[in-house]
Order: sequence, then structure tokens, then C-alpha cells
Amino acid sequence: MSKSVIETPPKGGFSFDLCKRNEMLAKKGVNPPSFRKTGTTIVGLIFQDGVILGADTRATEGPIVCDKNCEKIHYMAPNIYCCGAGTAADTEAVTDMVSSQLQLHRYHTGRESRVVTALTLLKRHLFNYQGYVSAALVLGGVDVTGPHLHTIYPHGSTDTLPFATMGSGSLAAMAVFESNYREGLTRDEGIKLVTEAICSGIFNDLGSGSNVDICVITKGGKEYLRNHLQPNPRTYTSSKGYSFPKKTEVLLTKITPLKEKVEIIEGGDVMEE
Amino acid sequence: MVGKNCFAIASDRRLGVQLQTIATDFKRIYKVHDRLFLGLSGLATDAQTLYQRLVFRHKLYQLREERDMKPETFANLVSAILYEKRFGPYFCQPVIAGLGDEDKPFICTMDSIGAKELAKDFVVAGTASESLYGACESMFKEGMEPEELFETVSQALLSSVDRDCLSGWGGHVYVV
Repeated sequence: MSKSVIETPPKGGFSFDLCKRNEMLAKKGVNPPSFRKTGTTIVGLIFQDGVILGADTRATEGPIVCDKNCEKIHYMAPNIYCCGAGTAADTEAVTDMVSSQLQLHRYHTGRESRVVTALTLLKRHLFNYQGYVSAALVLGGVDVTGPHLHTIYPHGSTDTLPFATMGSGSLAAMAVFESNYREGLTRDEGIKLVTEAICSGIFNDLGSGSNVDICVITKGGKEYLRNHLQPNPRTYTSSKGYSFPKKTEVLLTKITPLKEKVEIIEGGDVMEE
Repeated sequence: MVGKNCFAIASDRRLGVQLQTIATDFKRIYKVHDRLFLGLSGLATDAQTLYQRLVFRHKLYQLREERDMKPETFANLVSAILYEKRFGPYFCQPVIAGLGDEDKPFICTMDSIGAKELAKDFVVAGTASESLYGACESMFKEGMEPEELFETVSQALLSSVDRDCLSGWGGHVYVV
């Protein structure tokens, strides 16, 4: 008589079956690898026609920069975008998940998504995990009720603000906003202010760096200015590059030609009835 | 590392338990299909389990769709499988390299919970990753042909593992 363990396919959501093993390994001295954080500067502001979101592009793994040009402004809906700070996997997964839920909701209702819908979906998910899903977000968009800007903290609390900053560079960026923000900015003034705020985060905060990404959302549409400003180009690139006169010692070479694709001949033999 | 219509993926060959070497010819790079390779660094048992799970999912995909998975799709699959274990993660970091449509090379790495990092030039993972970042950053050139790409990748790998006690014993390089 065999004791059968029925493997049910996972229903989605998190699975905790490796937790006990990981605890045992930690006791034996095998520590879990560090997670990639986005130690970031993300900002948003409301101008006269809509919302402008801005973010830097550095992703760090401890003290090392692992990605010099990552995308922190995530798509949620055609009229809603979200910037994410915190653990990179969490911000990406949470924004992708809520983006799919919004799409399903759009199919269900037949209407454009509202920013408060995205806000509620995000805060419910984050509160559910009591802050362990470490994602701090700046959510902005324009819907039928007008332009909206919200911040969402990892534990699930939210704020609705005319201008907001999050991430490790938030203090540097907020300083710029507090001195120069006023109601009724034009598009160009708004972009200039957001760029200044992100740049102050890039140059003064060690966890933020590289380039500036901007996203302008208005009633008419959105404009994603990827790498709007690149204040940190790579200096001193050697034009010659490296050459290796002493070749690597090769012990074994194996060349495998890839299989040719099967040719489909049109009008082959017709099957006999 | 990406070259001109080609890519190279390389790993060292040491398998060890902290400071003791168990094997000097350990294969860390697995073939998923002819044009898609996966390298897994970190805990060897998690690497093997993860590889078996991914091959299983890829075979199911091949049966359903009657074609091979595109590298971008595969990267999403790996990311989802790793994120599922967010609070009790697999102790490994994958490096995915493949040729997409029109032989356009695609490379990507992830941390142990599935945060994708796409790059246009090179990606690194493992205990020697800090030295590898430095070596690749200086040795990389745009649009290298396969022979030059092989040379660059091997030199970057060998010089970085020479500076790391936990890696060594030569390398395996796959150029596609």
C-alpha cells in the first residue's frame, strides 16, 4: 500500500515550504543571499494639466551598483503609472499583479481605471503582508475625476498629496520641492522641477544615481521620457579596448551545429480518403 | 555577455562546502533549448532543483505551444517561480542568456527572489560578482564577433575567479 502524496498545482500567491529548511541552513552558517534594493529617489507632482512622475535609475545590491539603468516607473494602466522603491522584486511583482487586476477590472466594467482603484488594491495587498512585502510606492495618474497623486508605505498606509517623494533620496528631493513648488505649474516648469529634485537625490544620496526618468500623464495621454537627463555619462572610456595577445588555454572545444528548421512544403501529398 | 548576433555564458568549475572543495568539474550552466542557456550560482542543491522545475515547465510549454520558449518569456517564468518563494527563497541567482527573434541576443540576471535585471552588455552573478563587475566593465566592447567574445569572457572570468577563494578550477564557456 503506497502512501501517495498528491501534488496539487500551486494556487498562486506565496508558498512557504522552504522556510523551515532555510532556518536550519541559517543555523548551520549558510546565510541567505542579500536582495536587490532600489535605494532610490522617486518623486511625483501635480501640475495644471496632470501628473509628472520622476525616478532615478540605480539598483544596488549591498554597496555595489548592479544595474546602472533600471526602470523604476512601472506601467499600471494607460492613464496610471507607479514608481517603486524598496526591494526590487517586491515593487516589480506588486505593480505587475495590480496592473493585471486593473486590466481585468477594465474588462469587467468597460471603463477607464481610476487611480483610487489602484491605490486600494495596492494598500490592501501590502497591509495583508504587514510590511514584509517591502515596497514603497508613488502612484500617480489622471482619470475622469482629475489628476491624483498618492504615496503608499510598505505597511499599507497611504497619503494623498500635491507633491511627494519616497526612497532613500526623498529628503534631498523634498527640500527642492518645498522651496520651489507652487500651484498651477506648466508642463515645462513641472518637468524642470522634477528633474532638479531627482538630480539633488542623485548627487546627494549614495543609494540613487545614474539617469533621470520622467513620465508625464495628462488627460490626453502619457509621455514616458526614458533617460530624460543623463548627468552621469561614463568618463575615460579607452577607445582601443583590451586586446589579449596571450590567448586563453583551451582544454576542450565542442562545436554543435544547431538543428536546421524543418521545411514545410506547401501542397504536399493529399491524403487518400 | 552580448556580442554581435551571439552571446557567451561562462561559469567556473569548483563545487565546495565553505572552504573544502568537493568537485573541480561541476557544471553550472544548463541548456534549456538550443538557443537558451541558464546558469545557476549559489547553493548547488537549490540550483539542481530549480533547473529540474524549469525544464519541466519548459517541456509542458513545448507540448502546448509546439515551439520553444522565447528568452524573455523564460525570464518571466524564472522570476515568477523565484518570487513565489519570496519568504523562504531558493539560495541561488540565475543568469539567463538566449537568442530571441532574428538572432537578437538576450541576457538577464536575477537576485534570489526574482528581481529581473536586463542589460544590454553583460550580467554577472555569484561569489565573485563584485570582481566580475569590474572586469567586465573594462573589458567589454560593443559588437564583438564570437572568437573575440570568447576571449573576452574567458579573460574576465579567469581574472575575477583568481581573486576569489570560493571560485576557481578553470571555466566552462558556451558561445551561441
